[in-house]
Amino acid sequence: MPVLPAFAPDAARDRAAAEAFAAAELPTAEEEVWRYSPIGDLDLARYRLAPVADGPVDVPACAQGVLDLAAGSGSVAIVTVNGRVVHRSAPGGPGGDRVEVGGAEALDGIELPQPTDAFDALNAAFGEPVVVRIPAGASPGPVVVFHYVEGDGIVSLPRLVVDAGPDADVRVLEVVRNTDDADALVIPVTDLLVGKAARVGHLVVQDLGRRAWQLGHQRSRVDADATLTATAAGMGGAYGRQRTDCRLVGRGATGNLRALWFGEDDQRLDFRTFQDHAAPDTTSDLVYKGAVGGRSRSVYTGLIRVEKNARGTNAVQTNRNLKLSDEAWAESVPNLEIHNNDVRCAHASAVGPVDAEQRWYLESRGVPTAAAERLIVAGFFDEVLADLPVGFAEGPIRELVTAKLARVGLA
Amino acid sequence: MTAHELVIEGLHAGVDGREILRGVDLTVRSGEVHAVMGPNGSGKSTLSHVLAGKPGYHVTAGSVTLDGVDLLALAPWERAHAGLFLAMQYPVEVPGVSLIDALSESMVASGRSVDGLLEAIRAEAASIGFDERFLDRPLNVDLSGGEKKRNETVQLGILDPAIAVLDEIDSGLDVDALRDVSRRIEAMTSEEGLGVLVITHYNRVLHELHPDRVHVLSRGRIAAEGGPELALELETTGYAGYAEEPEPAATPPAGLFDPFALP
Repeated sequence: MPVLPAFAPDAARDRAAAEAFAAAELPTAEEEVWRYSPIGDLDLARYRLAPVADGPVDVPACAQGVLDLAAGSGSVAIVTVNGRVVHRSAPGGPGGDRVEVGGAEALDGIELPQPTDAFDALNAAFGEPVVVRIPAGASPGPVVVFHYVEGDGIVSLPRLVVDAGPDADVRVLEVVRNTDDADALVIPVTDLLVGKAARVGHLVVQDLGRRAWQLGHQRSRVDADATLTATAAGMGGAYGRQRTDCRLVGRGATGNLRALWFGEDDQRLDFRTFQDHAAPDTTSDLVYKGAVGGRSRSVYTGLIRVEKNARGTNAVQTNRNLKLSDEAWAESVPNLEIHNNDVRCAHASAVGPVDAEQRWYLESRGVPTAAAERLIVAGFFDEVLADLPVGFAEGPIRELVTAKLARVGLA
Repeated sequence: MTAHELVIEGLHAGVDGREILRGVDLTVRSGEVHAVMGPNGSGKSTLSHVLAGKPGYHVTAGSVTLDGVDLLALAPWERAHAGLFLAMQYPVEVPGVSLIDALSESMVASGRSVDGLLEAIRAEAASIGFDERFLDRPLNVDLSGGEKKRNETVQLGILDPAIAVLDEIDSGLDVDALRDVSRRIEAMTSEEGLGVLVITHYNRVLHELHPDRVHVLSRGRIAAEGGPELALELETTGYAGYAEEPEPAATPPAGLFDPFALP
């Protein structure tokens, strides 16, 4: 790939990553993990890195609601604008003094996976990381990170690394937003390092505007006897992609993966998951649920990969999709790759309209058709929403769902 | 107490292009209890499904009116607002949707107040021994057969229709539960003038609900009619003499089509 002036290695924070990016090819929809995606339409030359602002940058008004919620129950709240930290609440709240927040310098000594593709490399090269360390045994209140993307024609590279020490217990809420009218390319990379017997919950709410593209990647490494619960809510964006790699590397590790998404208009929402069982007696449980209305399209592809040594693996992968209009389209492709015989793996996948019998049941009680469908779709997401890693986000996500239901005509 | 009247005249209807009802005539008025009995395949469930507008069923001739309103021209939810209620043989599981949310939507849509709805639901549940903890479950999810029937009865009590069709309301209910449910329905019949059309294969529920009239459905037509003594007669003779023919079994409702469903 020719080096674009906007991404010259000289300007990079990580020169080696920038060179890797320059040497990398952009992916194409020929690759399985990009199949059905509009990646071929991406013109990187249209975007530039956000200029570094002189002086202080205001906290965007749209972050206030999250900050207020965090002030009530969170330990630390961080706001980034185009990747730059513009707000960090003083460590307070429950256990706040046990949360350590740093920048790129805090990456020293943390082992992170190599970039999977050009976008990972771009993020590593130019992204300004927010590094959150939870010391061994600490259990602070929720950590809230709000990423705001400002400007038109901007590529934004939000970067979060959560390093939870042994037996730590923490919930993390990440929110990604920009304005509705801006054309932005957002490439967030989140690393979740879950130490031995630690318990980490992570929730990301992608609520970008209608013109933005997101190419998100979450990478996790779960150590022995630890549990990661990672939930993604994909709501906004012209194209909203989230790839999740959950690697269970220690014996007895557990990864619970959840997602909900709701497409409307011409949105394209795209979820790729990898449940990597790399140690014995590991458990993964994936439940991804999506609804598509209007002319929107969604893709789910998922792979359960059980390595040779991972005897006693228990892996479940469930993807269900509701198709709310004739023109909406959802694809679901579950896959298994198993190299050990002593395992339990199951996958289930479905794409279909609102169940006619469920609708009739509610109608027969006097619930009008649109209201019945609204109840059924909201209820469809209940399995994910009732058990979010960050409880105080439930109300806001339900609001997003309710607003979408109204916009697709189910008021 | 306003008098209501459900009138079924010359009803022909079917499913999947097959005619199952071949001219049914039946009138149910406020305060009356009618039983429709019949062998398997006689069209009993089809009758209840057609009355409540189940998708897939089609009416080819005849009429159904409630107080003169053409029910067949109404959407299923409009029929409910017109005063019809169906207690289903197989109440459908609706994941993530609570009883109170469903009933609230119905009340609001029909212009009724939802003030005190929760208390009213609790009182209905208590009157038939339906454990309050089931009220918070998504509709019919993880309920036993008998609990589903009690859940239907709670909704019947709240929605307070003019006419209730009870499709095999007794299946799944043990003796005590059947008595509780029947007492509640009888109270609605005698005190509030509910008209009841109870559809059943067996006589058991009729010992509790005491029908005024019994209609025997056979091959899609009413083949015999009489007082309660007709039900007693069927108890000894069975449906011998009333021809049976296979009807597609009423299958419990499935969820989304799921080719990879977990076992």
